[in-house]
Amino acid sequence: MLRRKRFWFAIIAILPTFAIFGWVRMFPIIETLRLSMFQWNLLSKNKPFVGFDNFIELFGDDQFLDALTNTAVIAFGAMAVTIPASMVLAAVIYHRTKSRFAGFYETAVFIPHVVSLVPAAMAWKWIFDAKLGPLNAAIVAMGGTAQPWLFDPVLSVVCIIFLVSWQTLGYGVLIYLVGFRNLPKSVYEAAQLDGASGLQSFIYMSVPLLKPITLYVSVVTLISGFNVYTQAYVLASDTQGAPGRQVRVLVLDMLENSFQNFRVGYAAAEAVILLSIVLLLTAIQFGLLRQKGDR
Amino acid sequence: MSAKARTRRNNALIDILLFLICFVLLTPLILLVANGFKTPAEMLVWPPTLFPKDPTLENFQKVFTETPLLRWIFNSLMFALLSTIAIVATSALAGYIIGKFPFRTINIIFVLFLTTAIIPFEVYMIPLYFQVKALGALNSIGGLLIGYLVMSFGIFLIRQNVIASIPDELLEAARIDGAGEFWIFWRVVLPLLKGPLAALAVLAFFQAWTTFAWPIIVLTRKTSFTIEVGLANFQSAYTVELSLLSAASAAVMVPSVLAFVLLRRHFVEGITASGMKE
Repeated sequence: MLRRKRFWFAIIAILPTFAIFGWVRMFPIIETLRLSMFQWNLLSKNKPFVGFDNFIELFGDDQFLDALTNTAVIAFGAMAVTIPASMVLAAVIYHRTKSRFAGFYETAVFIPHVVSLVPAAMAWKWIFDAKLGPLNAAIVAMGGTAQPWLFDPVLSVVCIIFLVSWQTLGYGVLIYLVGFRNLPKSVYEAAQLDGASGLQSFIYMSVPLLKPITLYVSVVTLISGFNVYTQAYVLASDTQGAPGRQVRVLVLDMLENSFQNFRVGYAAAEAVILLSIVLLLTAIQFGLLRQKGDR
Repeated sequence: MSAKARTRRNNALIDILLFLICFVLLTPLILLVANGFKTPAEMLVWPPTLFPKDPTLENFQKVFTETPLLRWIFNSLMFALLSTIAIVATSALAGYIIGKFPFRTINIIFVLFLTTAIIPFEVYMIPLYFQVKALGALNSIGGLLIGYLVMSFGIFLIRQNVIASIPDELLEAARIDGAGEFWIFWRVVLPLLKGPLAALAVLAFFQAWTTFAWPIIVLTRKTSFTIEVGLANFQSAYTVELSLLSAASAAVMVPSVLAFVLLRRHFVEGITASGMKE
């Protein structure tokens, strides 16, 4: 009787949340999967079923392939910068935990991560600006030649990698700091007694011991890298000075197909590919973690 | 030199290095604020000046009086606030139920929902857009809110805390005293969850405040923009100078950085909890 009463309380209390979840998460996710198999141009009433045609077309679509390449380069590039940088930085900050500046370091490193993307991207846009930006001014002052940072197809991708890394660095440092704090202190004391230097204990002990954290931060960085959009949008947008070159990324290509070319089914197919990439990355992470646990 | 003195010297060097790194990381933001105080003419000078030669407040005056900046800030605040309330309320209730009412049906549905947490919002935002459109809620805070009513991680966070810090005996004692289930939740459980709820609230607020991809498709009318969309579309809507844009960005950024510095403890708690979910 009591159990029954409690059961009904639980059901009634949780129903609104479950209903919202079904409505704003489950339904659109299933809808994405469904729409990817249809051709729908937004205006016409009929949506013919086309099976995997959208996907087949995507892999012959230069714009999509360009977007996929750029996005992958940005995601892996940002990871390659973020992981070593945040690990070393976290190690150094952890080393100075007792310093009265420790709080300041943590805060300062983390601020780029919490600042809204648009103002942050605007700041970088000015720095990279070919005609007015301080970066070129500094290069010229040192005797180099000014670079068209936001115009050149390669350099503009480099700029986005830079911007993304700048923002994820603080997140990486934060997670690594937690990792360092959880490491067994006795092992380090033993190493010190055996005459290991700080650098040696970092390379031979911290790096391997922190592997699960590295794995986690890598996957999070990669996934957020694959969803990059705002940075490309703002860096390319038209301010005085000069408009940047549009770096085509997946989300941008997807939104363009949906809302400018009115090809919703086609855009949904792109979303499904993005989803597959994310699921694959997550599966790899879990796989590697489990492998480690077995040993 | 004694070992102690050497350590002290090394630490001082490390401190200097760390200060330099922090300074470099914050430089873009400092320059952005500095640009907000420059005259339009100074923005066009080559080589660019790092700090304004004769600082002016004109940009800020102009931005607040001649553009809908305040309106956008208001929209963003409302959206972030309502989203925070919705996420905290749903997470608290659902997290408690899932943590303390071990019914199979509920648990199965919970695991199903938890798996949606790994799916990025960008994947399903187009169908969600059509749902909002069907409701006639485009260009409104309500429509915006539909994407940000729940957070799987929030439910998970509260559930973990409920399991770890609320003993069954406490709930049983209250039940024996004849307390109703909702009363227990409200008077016994919620006060014990203050810490994690605060962390979640800060996280939810910043998430909504900084979101961009979703508002940019849902909002097309200038008056309904959030601050992020407003700033990004500034140049197409008004022919403005970079100095004005910088002033507007700075005016928005500085308060949010201050808010973060004040709330850092909660923020860090939330973020690190999200990192430890595996």
